[in-house]
Amino acid sequence: MPKDSGIGAASKRREDVRFLTGKGKYTDDINLAGQAYVHFLRSDVAHAKIVSVDTSAAAAMPGVVRIFTGDDFSGVGGLPCGWQVTDRNGQPMQEPPHPVLAQGKVRHVGDPIAAVVAESAAQARTAAEAIEVTLDELPPQIDMAAALKDGAPKVHDELTSNLCYDWVFGSDDAAIDAAFSGAAHVTTLDLVNQRLAPNAMEPRVAVGDYNDAAGDSTLYTTSQNPHVIRLLMGAFVLGIPEHKLRVVAPDVGGGFGSKIFHYAEEAFCTFAAKELKRPVKWTASRSEAFMTDAQGRDHVTKIELALDADGKFLGVRTHTMANMGAYLSTFAPSVPTYLHGTLMAGNYTTPAIQVNVKAVFTNTVAVDAYRGAGRPEATYQLERVIDKAAREMGMDPVEIRRKNFITSFPYATPVAVEYDTGNYVATMDKLLEMIDREGFEARRAEAASRGKLRGLGINCYIEACGIAPSALVGQLGARAGLYESATVRVNATGGLVVMTGSHSHGQGHETSFAQVVADMIGIDENMVEIVHGDTANTPMGMGTYGSRSLAVGGSAMVRATEKIIAKAKKIAAHLLEAADTDIELKDGQFTVAGTDRSVAWGDVTLAAYVPHNYPITEIEPGLEETAFYDPNNFTYPAGAYACEVEVDPDTGKVEIKGFAAADDFGNIVNPMIVDGQVHGGIAQGIGQALLEDCRYDETGQILTGSYMDYAMPRADDLPFYQVDHSCQTPCTHNPLGVKGCGEAGAIGSPPAVVNAVVDALQRGGMSHVTHIDMPLTPSRVWAAMQG
Amino acid sequence: MTQVTMTVNGKSVSGDVEGRTLLSDFLRKTLRLTGTHIGCDTSQCGACVVHVNGRAVKSCTAFALELEGAEVRTIEGMANADGSLGTVQQAFQDHHGLQCGFCTPGMVMSAAALLADNPKPTEAEIREYLEGNICRCTGYHNIVKAVMAASGQDVAAVAAE
Ligand code: FES
Ligand code: FES
Repeated sequence: MPKDSGIGAASKRREDVRFLTGKGKYTDDINLAGQAYVHFLRSDVAHAKIVSVDTSAAAAMPGVVRIFTGDDFSGVGGLPCGWQVTDRNGQPMQEPPHPVLAQGKVRHVGDPIAAVVAESAAQARTAAEAIEVTLDELPPQIDMAAALKDGAPKVHDELTSNLCYDWVFGSDDAAIDAAFSGAAHVTTLDLVNQRLAPNAMEPRVAVGDYNDAAGDSTLYTTSQNPHVIRLLMGAFVLGIPEHKLRVVAPDVGGGFGSKIFHYAEEAFCTFAAKELKRPVKWTASRSEAFMTDAQGRDHVTKIELALDADGKFLGVRTHTMANMGAYLSTFAPSVPTYLHGTLMAGNYTTPAIQVNVKAVFTNTVAVDAYRGAGRPEATYQLERVIDKAAREMGMDPVEIRRKNFITSFPYATPVAVEYDTGNYVATMDKLLEMIDREGFEARRAEAASRGKLRGLGINCYIEACGIAPSALVGQLGARAGLYESATVRVNATGGLVVMTGSHSHGQGHETSFAQVVADMIGIDENMVEIVHGDTANTPMGMGTYGSRSLAVGGSAMVRATEKIIAKAKKIAAHLLEAADTDIELKDGQFTVAGTDRSVAWGDVTLAAYVPHNYPITEIEPGLEETAFYDPNNFTYPAGAYACEVEVDPDTGKVEIKGFAAADDFGNIVNPMIVDGQVHGGIAQGIGQALLEDCRYDETGQILTGSYMDYAMPRADDLPFYQVDHSCQTPCTHNPLGVKGCGEAGAIGSPPAVVNAVVDALQRGGMSHVTHIDMPLTPSRVWAAMQG
Repeated sequence: MTQVTMTVNGKSVSGDVEGRTLLSDFLRKTLRLTGTHIGCDTSQCGACVVHVNGRAVKSCTAFALELEGAEVRTIEGMANADGSLGTVQQAFQDHHGLQCGFCTPGMVMSAAALLADNPKPTEAEIREYLEGNICRCTGYHNIVKAVMAASGQDVAAVAAE
């Protein structure tokens, strides 16, 4: 029986009302009295020495308040990187400076050279065109392999090469060599996980403000984690102590990773507002977003899978080049390493795994976490090579996976993580139930009668979510802790306000978080209000990404609510003249166990604030508690996905005919929201598989810099999906037993699509087609078919 | 600067605009109706869709000055007279047809325009009509379902959750 409120209920989202009536408050909707506007003059070449920047003509243009260049920022820090990877020789990665405005050189198209602050956005833009910039062009490094060649021109002259790090992880050479030398069969696959542009529909915006009298700075920004921005920008860039700096991320129109990072424009607006003593606003155009939002993926990989004669996996060895772009974005170094290498066991018992990643600087936009971040790259290569191996060995793709499933937990992989729980057999069984595999042959024959090639792709995935364990991520190179926080404030009349360090930008926390707290107390959800996004009224938290908010932020909220309940029970015990150990809380009523003596939630909360009859010698008045939660492990959502496609043999066009996802997210708080998260992930994953490709030409110009060239998935590119999350193995180490669901779809779906297309072509007699690199555009599929 | 007068959400409004002022800017900046969103600079995302004289228009492609006397409706004008959500809005909430809410105003305005023309669109017709509205979150599954529901079609059978 579905519940109608609390944990497990498909409660309608309360935030929807403001979004559906145009009353959301996004950063660009904020306009401060006297604000000036900034326009950034950006490099139109990928790599050049800055010879001179002459702003004199521009400065005299109408409305110009001031023009800033790199020299204005020589006294402040650069944008910091939050993760340090140690390379195979024990050396720290090469870490170049990242100035707020370019100093000496520009390193990618879009690198900001100067910033014009003017009375209007149009005046700022017009004046920027009058700035005289002389550049001395240098050879751009676009291709990773070329950038790694000895003597290749360097993106950063102060580094020894374009290699950021060369990282080796997992089993030692002896173990991996033994696995391969003892193998009956080795399958090898070379593949590209192409670069993607995250494209949150709301472009980034920053509004800096400065209160002269108090000496306080405020930044309104499109961020997934305002506290992290406050910490990074305050401590490392501008030298503003946190108590003098407030960061507000109001309604945010999607992030998908791209709004985790600290960007130059945020620091600029905060800095300029203080310099000019007036608010300074920047709103990105979509074109700027393509040039400045950290992009995703961009891995070139060779993966080898060693198997015994029965199809048991003996070893996995990978070599990957990962593009960092021109500068290290906030969490960039962690994506190809600890969010990717650690997932190379997948759902399988492979005993020996070795991962090598070379991270490379190029004259392109920085690359960092994008929905899934590292985990889609791991899943894609593993699930593709397994499919190829099954075909080479004449095995069924489902059976080869079943043969290798991990079935007992906890399970420590050779790549440093320990899966606490899971049931990969159950999700695969569920998937097969959903897709009518037996009926596939008839569907294929019917498609063939229409001249279409039909194929079915099936794969599994696992991800490490609830990105946290501070101690663990600290060992792995994180320069921050990754706990989460919550303050629960109970008001005198019984309503609650929960101030969370998590941030909602589409995930519906205002609804689902309230469901959890209301359920714990046994009161109506509408008595709980969720506050997020403002460092001035929420406890220090690390924000929302890595499918961590319910698992980590929700757990902090549970801990704080537990403290509230424990204290409330003491008050109730006093009012009921009983021992607090005898008090039970159910449906918002405190009862002395085994009696009918009870007192209502509202009477207890009132007593806390009107403590006339109160155990004042034992406990303080008031009812407000804070908790910080730092788990001891990641969570491991997993599942099985299937895609059915038809390929037009004349044009190579792929049409998705069916898509099914069977996920294990542990316990579910709001199934409606979970479905929506999975739908969104699948759509982005299918977008990667079929459409999206962020391309540069050899000079470093972005070829896909607008929606005319970058193919975003649209409603008519996609079908209805079947999604199921009834297989539930609750996480064993967080109080809610939840695992996280935000990225699963984007991780699990690309291999399903590609497996399906390869299957269609193979069944159509094109046995030479063993792989096609994404996106599977008609021209690529057609070319592959021609051999 | 020239003065332009039009009817927005049933109220007569005037403002000074330049020849190059877009309707989207007039709505957002002059009238402070910030429900209409800007998601691109090439007229392709649909976040800015409003109704002009009853037709769905990308407000980033229309000049305010050319709309003297026009009837404009924005997301702020879609609720019922008593303030409750209108049919399309309510269907979006009921079927979880929005996540971050940024594409939502444009989606709702496009969907309403579709239903005005075609009261019972098929799934394929809805998908095709919404081709000009990008949702990155991306809730097309539930958006399509919501539009079907808003047109009175039974969506219980739509690919199970
Ligand atoms: S803002 Fe008008 S179509 Fe994108
Ligand atoms: S709901 Fe976020 S873009 Fe559509």
